[in-house]
Amino acid sequence: MYSAEIISPFVMLNLIIIAINIILAVSLNLVVGFTGQFSIGHAGFMALGAYASAIMSLNFNAPFIVSLLVGAIVAGIGGIIIGIPTLRLRGDYLAIATLGLAEIIRGVITNIDYLGGAYGLMGIPQRTNWLWAFGCMLVTVLVIKNFIQSSHGRACISVRENEIAAEAMGINTTKYKVIAFTMGSFFAGIGGALLAHYITFIEPNAFNFLKSFDILVMVVLGGQGSLTGSVVAAIVLTLISTFLQSLAELRLIIYAIILILVMLFRPQGLLGTHELSFKLLQRKRGVSHGSHSADA
Amino acid sequence: MNEFIQQLINGISVGSIYALIALGYTMVYGIIKLINFAHGDVYMLGAFAGLYATLVLKMSFVPALIFSMIVCAILGIIIERLAYRPLRNSPKIVILITAIGVSLFLEYTTMFFLGPQPRAFPEVFKHASYTLLGGKVTISNQEILIIAVTVILMILLQYIVHNTKIGKAMRAVSYDMQAARLMGINVDTTISITFALGSALAAAAGVLVGIYYNKVFPLMGIMFGLKAFVSAVLGGIGIIPGAMAGGFILGITESLVSGYGSSLYRDPVAFVILIIILLVKPSGLFGKNVREKV
Amino acid sequence: MRKGIVRRVAAGLLSFLLLFASACGSKSENNDVIKIGANLELSGNVATLGQSGLNGIMLAVDEINNAGGVLGKKIEIVKYDNKSDNTEAASVATRLITQDKVVAIIGSMTSGNTLSYVNIAETNKVPVISPSATNPDVTVDPKTGKVREYIFRTCFIDPFQGTAMAKFVLNELKLKKVAVLKDNTAPYSVGLAKFFVEAFKAGGGEILADENYTTQDQDFRAVLTKIKNLKPEFIYVPGYYEQVGQIVKQARELGINVPMGGGDGWDSPKLVEIAGAAALNNTFITNHYSSLMPDPKVQDFVKKYKEKYGSEPDAMAAVGYDTVLALVDAIKRAGEATPEKIKEALMTTKDVEGVTAKISIDENHNAVKGLVILEYKDGKQIYKAYVNP
Repeated sequence: MYSAEIISPFVMLNLIIIAINIILAVSLNLVVGFTGQFSIGHAGFMALGAYASAIMSLNFNAPFIVSLLVGAIVAGIGGIIIGIPTLRLRGDYLAIATLGLAEIIRGVITNIDYLGGAYGLMGIPQRTNWLWAFGCMLVTVLVIKNFIQSSHGRACISVRENEIAAEAMGINTTKYKVIAFTMGSFFAGIGGALLAHYITFIEPNAFNFLKSFDILVMVVLGGQGSLTGSVVAAIVLTLISTFLQSLAELRLIIYAIILILVMLFRPQGLLGTHELSFKLLQRKRGVSHGSHSADA
Repeated sequence: MNEFIQQLINGISVGSIYALIALGYTMVYGIIKLINFAHGDVYMLGAFAGLYATLVLKMSFVPALIFSMIVCAILGIIIERLAYRPLRNSPKIVILITAIGVSLFLEYTTMFFLGPQPRAFPEVFKHASYTLLGGKVTISNQEILIIAVTVILMILLQYIVHNTKIGKAMRAVSYDMQAARLMGINVDTTISITFALGSALAAAAGVLVGIYYNKVFPLMGIMFGLKAFVSAVLGGIGIIPGAMAGGFILGITESLVSGYGSSLYRDPVAFVILIIILLVKPSGLFGKNVREKV
Repeated sequence: MRKGIVRRVAAGLLSFLLLFASACGSKSENNDVIKIGANLELSGNVATLGQSGLNGIMLAVDEINNAGGVLGKKIEIVKYDNKSDNTEAASVATRLITQDKVVAIIGSMTSGNTLSYVNIAETNKVPVISPSATNPDVTVDPKTGKVREYIFRTCFIDPFQGTAMAKFVLNELKLKKVAVLKDNTAPYSVGLAKFFVEAFKAGGGEILADENYTTQDQDFRAVLTKIKNLKPEFIYVPGYYEQVGQIVKQARELGINVPMGGGDGWDSPKLVEIAGAAALNNTFITNHYSSLMPDPKVQDFVKKYKEKYGSEPDAMAAVGYDTVLALVDAIKRAGEATPEKIKEALMTTKDVEGVTAKISIDENHNAVKGLVILEYKDGKQIYKAYVNP
């Protein structure tokens, strides 16, 4: 659709990566920001989505939409399987458990030859283009936005604010935590599948902790509890990452400093829990009131 | 049988390193309930400090070790004061993210200035192998050193914590910070000292590992740090003998899995143990189950 | 509210799109230089391979440019560090092709990294020449058995390397029982091990064990203990120098004193640093060349390299140098510096006078070359034998 004369392939690459990062940031925000579950293994679900979709395309010649959905569903199932036992944990422990599980997923993939083992899978057909990426991004944002604004979403937020009180109010906190977690992993799977069909090559190392960390920084910077924040942060950080490509070590130092400074001086991130809309006159507040906290 | 004993020795050596690093994790968690992600990187900087001491300052082993421990103790105090103290009353998630940020900052800044390439230690400790059981099993003097240093430091730590005033202060603060403050304990200083001690131990581990594997590089703290953390959790986070036990258990398990199973499962083993412990007994082997109060 | 977000996002992206398009634009074509990309491991696990390779490449490029260049134009090397990482290598290749618009890519030093972008090069029709990726899959697609049109290499391939070592162990060292310890996260190591094992068994030898490690490992005592118990007469470790250094060191510390060996992945000054000279005694490797070869071309190269860089050139530097020679020869014969013509000329490369050998490219896009067998004594490589292709 967009021919190479209007936009150079390099710009296209960046736009698609931005769209994918928005999907990832928004899906992680659902889990971390809105439901208060500190999950730092998001890349593990990306990996599930990427590999499942890649296998569908490579070995079964499935049409792209099928591969995408399979990837997302596999990631979602992973979310349920991982979510149910681990979501009993709180705060630090949950964080470490999700980190550990993402590493286990990576370790398992590395040892399975059918999935390409340590060398990864190459020759994945390049099906992702701007239309697909943008479309999936829209769907992701819309679905999650709707979820947040529904009673289900409010239940999740109550879990974040005070889990024990929510439980006491009759909300099945485990159910909502798992739902949020599964949705988050479902969309992470879509992100992973889109990425796999763009770079045409995936390997376990691409989904390590640093990738989870990248997404986490977007959520934290944008503001946990603000979808617009995640979108903005995803765009900003992807652009920073691109400009710093030649100085990759510097990029991580800068990310780390950003993270520390944000935590020290503005822990609610750029947008806190606010959402932005075109109606600048009536400043619509985000879906939560009061201060944001994610106590363990 | 000989193979088994050899694998045990291999496991105990590696386990001692995990234990040494785990002690730092467990102490800091015990006192301010923070998983100090940056701890593994203090260990890495300890190794580099030791390298600097031996290479540039031409110190011998023991002075280099002490130099490295002091440098990291100071570093630990600085990190605490700059990054963690301002957030002491913030939600857990904030301080955890900060810890991750500090960790990455240390890793990549080191990489930026010193380059990612691994460096080798000059030969400060002449290597010698001893054979036991009629020549079937080998143990090197470095391994003996590591085990010995770990045990000595742990005994020292236990003594400090249970038999000195500062140790009592540490225990008090970890039990109830507010109450300790009301009793006149200088909480800030106590926490600083805790960080200093933990960091010094990590530094010692770093120097020992640097010599043992002859490989010092900016990202060396990641794997070892994570595994040390698993050891701490396994033994019961906040419990000092637990960290020791956890370290040895993890080291031995890894060695046996590597030796008898496949070495490809060596790293996942640590994570699997972690998940199992977190699901079955999150308070760890030596820990007590504490119900969450409303 | 729902629409608000969507519109906001769409507007934001559209504006970024325009911003980007105007900012980036297309790079102005500079017709005075021939742009050649270099996709090398300059940092990471096998950094010395890339760094040496780059030295060799730049030595050749400077020589050629000083002599007037090729087709009247100077060569410009656009280099990026792939950090010894597959994903990064693929990303670098994309960048070189789409952003920097190079006419050919030199790289990478390892099979794993090169494999990660062969498809990208094929799709974009840009030739890739690797100086040292030895796994056969790099030039021949294992799924279809067809040669990859745009991928070439100026070194030998692992079946040759593995077989040569197998024969050496059987016939020269006269040992029959071998244990293999390979890096199963590196295609190079897995491939080389496989070919060694095949040849060794075919020659009547016995493989006692075929064990694995990963590139991340630091402690190999557990698997070495397992191997030691089986009492092999020789241990084959076809891996990269960083892990090999540790393996050899730890093996000796465990009391394993039998000879050990490997392939060109051992060749790095870091190997001696990590393992220590004493541990490396009684080890053997197959390699592309040795700086001790009496050939006057080799000695001349060694002298030039020492003058420029102050150190002895290792095999990677030599193959890097030769790759440039082969590429330049192809450009000359092609008559113009376009990817398509260069590819065609590369296919018919014959007898380019390189430092490591006379380079000719066969029908599988591989170089027909011999190899050397070296032994480590007191931290130095001793020239043992030359094996013809």
